[in-house]
Amino acid sequence: MITDPGLFLNTVVAGLLLGGFYTAVALGLSIAFGQLDIVNIAHPAFIIIGSYFAYLFGSQYGFDPVLTGIAMTPVFFVLGIVVYRVYYASFERTGQESLSGLAFFFGLMFIIEVTLILIYGVDYRLVPAPYIGVNWKIGVVDVPLRMAIPFAVSMLMTIGLFFYLSKTFIGRAILAVSQDRQALQLMGADPVKIKQVAFGLALATASIAGALLIIIGPVEPSINREYIGRAFAIVVLGGMGSITGTVLAAFILGIAESFILTYASPSWAPAVAFGILLFTLAVRPSGILGRQS
Amino acid sequence: MRLGGFWGLMAAALVAGLAFATLTNNEYYFTAAYAILQALVMAIAWNILGGFTGYVNFGSAGFFALGAYATVALHKFLPSIGFAPPLVVYVLAGAVVCGLIGLATGYLTLRLRGVYFAIATLALAIVFQTFMNNWGYVGAAKGTSILTPDPPQFLWGYVSFSSYVKYLFVVMLLLALTAIVISRYIANSKFGRGLAAIRDDEVAAECMGVPTLRLKLISAAVMGALMGVAGAPYPFFATFVDPQSAFSLVIAVNSIAMPMIGGTAYWYGPVVGALLLGTAQEAISVTISSELNVFLVGVVLVACVILAPRGLVGFVNDMRAKAKGRG
Repeated sequence: MITDPGLFLNTVVAGLLLGGFYTAVALGLSIAFGQLDIVNIAHPAFIIIGSYFAYLFGSQYGFDPVLTGIAMTPVFFVLGIVVYRVYYASFERTGQESLSGLAFFFGLMFIIEVTLILIYGVDYRLVPAPYIGVNWKIGVVDVPLRMAIPFAVSMLMTIGLFFYLSKTFIGRAILAVSQDRQALQLMGADPVKIKQVAFGLALATASIAGALLIIIGPVEPSINREYIGRAFAIVVLGGMGSITGTVLAAFILGIAESFILTYASPSWAPAVAFGILLFTLAVRPSGILGRQS
Repeated sequence: MRLGGFWGLMAAALVAGLAFATLTNNEYYFTAAYAILQALVMAIAWNILGGFTGYVNFGSAGFFALGAYATVALHKFLPSIGFAPPLVVYVLAGAVVCGLIGLATGYLTLRLRGVYFAIATLALAIVFQTFMNNWGYVGAAKGTSILTPDPPQFLWGYVSFSSYVKYLFVVMLLLALTAIVISRYIANSKFGRGLAAIRDDEVAAECMGVPTLRLKLISAAVMGALMGVAGAPYPFFATFVDPQSAFSLVIAVNSIAMPMIGGTAYWYGPVVGALLLGTAQEAISVTISSELNVFLVGVVLVACVILAPRGLVGFVNDMRAKAKGRG
């Protein structure tokens, strides 16, 4: 089976497309966890909120999920600022972020999941869009648009964020706050304000990632948990906050899962991320592009 | 608490539980009490690593479910080779399996910062669920039914139980009291002081010669074993086990919320939290709805970590200290 070149090529392409989508999932966590040191395990739960917005506007008014995702980013940005404010006032300022902060985000994830279940139930929801179900064929390779569109949107978002972080003043300040808080303070910037903006940005990516998620397949509230392992595996493997590393790691995970899907069994795919996570932690905790500590 | 006071209270709890078991036959009470005691054991287990050492375990449901699945697998395997062991064998098996897994997870992740352990346990629960979804021997995704055995008799028939759930209640009561004794013993021992030192400042503890990694590993193993103990009788209690219910997130949230509400730095914190929250949950499930009950646990957990980060016990202690300062 592995000798069939067409199947092999298809598996690689499917993995790349999947990895592109995983980049969108992990990007916000890469900022929050990798750069701000905020262990936001509720990030995938916020992504599911994004999916339900896309579902709501898509099924009620026929809006395109990607456009909904982009339109909702300001809402998520403000939500991120509010969450960070609470987090800062309750935990970061008093230095209790490790135990209580983790429990806070865990509780938040649980509240989001249960609230969505209370409103929408545990049924799978999907969204209508003209490109879902369309298949391009390039040679022997299948390119389903329901994977290709999320891939393209995710890559555009990643490139945009990359340039924002490396070229603008606030972007550079965000990178600086993760490296040396005190130096930033001496330069006349308020680290709390910078972190607040950064966390807002991180959640804004969840809005778009959520829309992409519901394009790829139907969504129900509890699937956020499958993405916690994936997102953290990508961020850790990518080297904690390096955008380039995050993209690389997402592709590695995507391709690895794709091979498991094709050559083993689909039900084992969620275990791949965990394997990668444990392997990275055991062998090279600083990730592929991380600074050696 | 004085030594005599503690053992007196434990004896009183045991006598009260046994009296309760002899005086009534209403099965609902035993079902409810069993659920509270099961949560109590898990809260204590969680606290031994999460509270004493400061390393959060989000995968409580995973360890619990593995304890339950160890029972399911043994219950299928042992009778096929001619054994029908008593419940205590299953409980011990659950403890060993989950203790070893806690140790292994700890070995891979506890050398790094605590958050990696937290994330690893979260992902681990997903992996175990994936595994159980695929393992046909224990029913895979469809689950397994287990017939309720006849209530056993002890001491040549002098001790017997009118129903199996009553027997399970008594077993869980003994397990809960044992867990409390273990937790208190650890908190007051040299080992427990080592754990507290790790929680307060791991680098400083290491510098003072505390063998941090070894203590963390032991702590992770004890945590896992107690989780497994809580899960092992579950298949007989629920009579049906499938991955969806055994790996339920509600179990994980409860075992974190209870110690957090009670106070994680004290051995009696999780006991206070579990009794309060567990009783409130049973009451709300019966009087209002079980969905709302689940929702409230999340809200209470978040509210508690924000408003009373040291739990109710810590809050009361602070109040007392203030009152003393004024008087």
